[in-house]
Amino acid sequence: MTEISTGPGTGAGEHAPAKLGYSPVADIPHRPRVADTDPKAARRAERQVSSMFMLSMLFVVLFIIAFVAIDKSANVYLPVFGVVGAMNITLGFTMGAAIFLIGAGAIQWAKKLMPDVEVVQERHDLSSPAEATGEAAANYERGKEESGFARFKIIRRTLIGAMVLFPIPLIVMLRDLWISPPGSPSPSELLTTTLWKDGTRVVTDPTYLPIRPEDIPVGGLVSAAPADLEEVQIAEGNLNARAKAAIILVRMDPADIVSQQGDGWDYQGIVAYSKICTHVGCPIALYEQRTHHLLCPCHQSTFDLADSGNVVFGPAARRMPQLPIGVDVEGFIVAKAPFAEPVGPSFWERG
Amino acid sequence: MSTTNPTVSSPIEAAGEGVATYVDQRVGSNKFLSRNLGKVFPDHWSFMLGEIALYSFIVVLLSGVYLTLFYKASMVEVIYDGSYVPLKGIEMSEAYSSSLDISFDVRGGLLIRQMHHWAALIFIAAIAVHMFRVFFTGAFRKPREFNWIIGVGLATLALAAGFSGYSLPDDLLSGTGLQIARGIVQSIPIVGTWGAFLLFGGEYPGTDFISRLYGIHILLVPGLILALVTVHLMLVWTQKHTQFPGPGRTNSNVVGYPLMPVYMAKAGGFFFIVFGVCTLIAGLVTLNPIWIFGPYTPDQVSAGSQPDWYIGWLDGALRIMPNIETYLFGYTISWNILIPAVIMPGIVFTALALYPFLEAWVTGDKREHHLLDRPRNNPTRTGIGVMAITFYGLLWIGGGNDIIATSFNLTINSITWFLRLTIFVLPPIAFVVTRRICLALQRRDRDKLLHGYETGRVLRLPHGEFIEVHEPINYKEMAVITSKTDITPLPAPVKVDADGVANPYYRLKSMRAKLSHFFYAENIAKPTAAEIEAAQHHVAHDAALEAPLHAYEDADELRNGHGGVLHHLGMADTNSKQFAERTEQ
Repeated sequence: MTEISTGPGTGAGEHAPAKLGYSPVADIPHRPRVADTDPKAARRAERQVSSMFMLSMLFVVLFIIAFVAIDKSANVYLPVFGVVGAMNITLGFTMGAAIFLIGAGAIQWAKKLMPDVEVVQERHDLSSPAEATGEAAANYERGKEESGFARFKIIRRTLIGAMVLFPIPLIVMLRDLWISPPGSPSPSELLTTTLWKDGTRVVTDPTYLPIRPEDIPVGGLVSAAPADLEEVQIAEGNLNARAKAAIILVRMDPADIVSQQGDGWDYQGIVAYSKICTHVGCPIALYEQRTHHLLCPCHQSTFDLADSGNVVFGPAARRMPQLPIGVDVEGFIVAKAPFAEPVGPSFWERG
Repeated sequence: MSTTNPTVSSPIEAAGEGVATYVDQRVGSNKFLSRNLGKVFPDHWSFMLGEIALYSFIVVLLSGVYLTLFYKASMVEVIYDGSYVPLKGIEMSEAYSSSLDISFDVRGGLLIRQMHHWAALIFIAAIAVHMFRVFFTGAFRKPREFNWIIGVGLATLALAAGFSGYSLPDDLLSGTGLQIARGIVQSIPIVGTWGAFLLFGGEYPGTDFISRLYGIHILLVPGLILALVTVHLMLVWTQKHTQFPGPGRTNSNVVGYPLMPVYMAKAGGFFFIVFGVCTLIAGLVTLNPIWIFGPYTPDQVSAGSQPDWYIGWLDGALRIMPNIETYLFGYTISWNILIPAVIMPGIVFTALALYPFLEAWVTGDKREHHLLDRPRNNPTRTGIGVMAITFYGLLWIGGGNDIIATSFNLTINSITWFLRLTIFVLPPIAFVVTRRICLALQRRDRDKLLHGYETGRVLRLPHGEFIEVHEPINYKEMAVITSKTDITPLPAPVKVDADGVANPYYRLKSMRAKLSHFFYAENIAKPTAAEIEAAQHHVAHDAALEAPLHAYEDADELRNGHGGVLHHLGMADTNSKQFAERTEQ
């Protein structure tokens, strides 16, 4: 780096004389940098820049060595970062440094060795000159005349009509984003029904074991599901049934139960509530046994399970739906009826 | 190489020239180069913010393309058999299992995945801060209103890109975000239920959303962003960049450095800096450890679930909204979801997009603005901006209320109630306080112009009086302060004119006059030339009193220190002299 030029580098000599297109800004004081006046400092800057580029190349080599040599499952301990993956941190550091140093070198070059004299360029009017506007207007008029757009009323109106209608098929076709077979239930019916029926056994989630009342201690909480969930899930190949049917069982002292959504819907102080928040549908399992409050981790809606699952705080507007439970002849907990109201977030047709 | 006698000095340059000529003869590119290689860009650190957004977007694109080579957008259930032991043998979607493979089995895969995520976070943050800069300096004013709207569109698309990408790994956390999104769609009156079923291809979660989101995330949204970014930059190019006030800077010029070579090196180098920093962070700081969250299932969630930072304000709005729901003729309207998640963001983005037009209408300002406002010189606008940031900040706090509650031992309920009240109270207070601060700063500017700055040098006069010596401010500060334009509010309209004809737009115009008054009436007028001259006598008087002291000191050093000029004898000491020296070389 021995020559510094402000010129844009116009190329060979036979070209027209170069114009820079800018001039120095108003005659304000300007202080030369050390590298402008001291050739030693300029050479030092040159060395700094080139060594950054050199280091960048070195880090690329290190990256490749690391990529080949490091075991991808190895961990290392680093003072600030803790135990980290050796591969990730080495690749990240070498690649990051290689890229960063190119940028740092270029900026150092610009700051130390390229001109730091501010120049000025005039702005030009953004709006078009009058003759251009006139020409555009004349062309528009001619086009309007020649096409007869203004004269042929019927063409104009039918064209507008056609333009308005043609996107409709594109929108109509979106209907089959959900392929519902003829006669299949409507969205609101689907949102209102779950797998729970009279006599459905309550099983643990996700191990599908039937539950006896004595399995649940007072104050305990069990995440549960209907017994036939596993089969349905395999048959349908999705998690849809689970997203609606998930419940929690909570046991409390029967004397603590203030109210329920139906008479005798508990079994010896065990109550079953939907696990899906009535606000926007997060699954809830944060239960405080002393207050019998159930707290949603997403938006902190709080429901009182000792008092019909009513909302005591937060953005949820509806109580948690309760599932009436009892025991079957073998002594396992079963549902006594389906949910009486839709589980999960509200929807328009819910009423 | 010199401009007075240009020669091609190397075979490579000769080849380069050959290529330039070849291309020029086919597309006329030299005309473009002649106009633009010397294009001048103004310099200011805050102009870098938009660059960060652009470069981090490029990093997102590059790393994203790499991820598509390994990621499988499928919800087919598979049994995981990769090298992450704790999840071995567990059933999960192919999307999640391929994300785990990227993290554990593809060498460098985790690095690229984290780079993609980090760069995306930086992208949105840079957009936000860039938007603050543009707003507070009034850079959105005529002729740049279109570019402001494009910017608002880009910010919205960036949120969509972020959210759609966040959901793709199909881990427990991302699925929770989708579940909330579905609840929000379902809350929209009349069409919401069907909308949710169409989006998810039936009941939630279904088996379609990953492949649908994938198309949106890798084609639709980035395609739109790329198109808008292109237009955004073309407009910046044609309209030329705005500049901050300073010596020699006017509304009709651009002062700065030419594209070739200074900005090529600075901007090009800065791309590598952003790229390098994203890579370093991705290597050093773990982000979104999906392997800890486990595969998605709709009946599980972990406590402390948090979205990415840019969705936090919307989540916060959902959290602090009271539980209002209306039942009407057998239908349900969920205001508790509709207001925070649909109506509020709708209003925010609409107001954001329309602001330049509202301000232009209120102030009746039809001039072109290329010289930026200092935020203090438009106290009402600055106040509105700080008010909006306060509003956003409170919602953002709401988004982390559970984390705040556990970290500071507060109850969720008290934080929520605090936010429910302050969301209405604090933004207006922030507005008033900011406006007052701006006006105070204007007063100080006026003072500085009139009386100079306080030097901190206290002088004892022969008769015992102490004075503090004032000195004139330097030429840079002078140029900046005097750049302020005094604006008179619009006059109140006449209700009935001299001929007894009633003004048909009286109410509208009178509202406009009142708003204009609100914007500008309290502004502090810039001192007139006569006022400055009168006041300068005092400064000169101070200097005269102090003069005898300088006989004992290094007077030159004292004086030069204030003008910001330090130069040695025999060196070019002004901009133009130095420019001439350089061009002669």
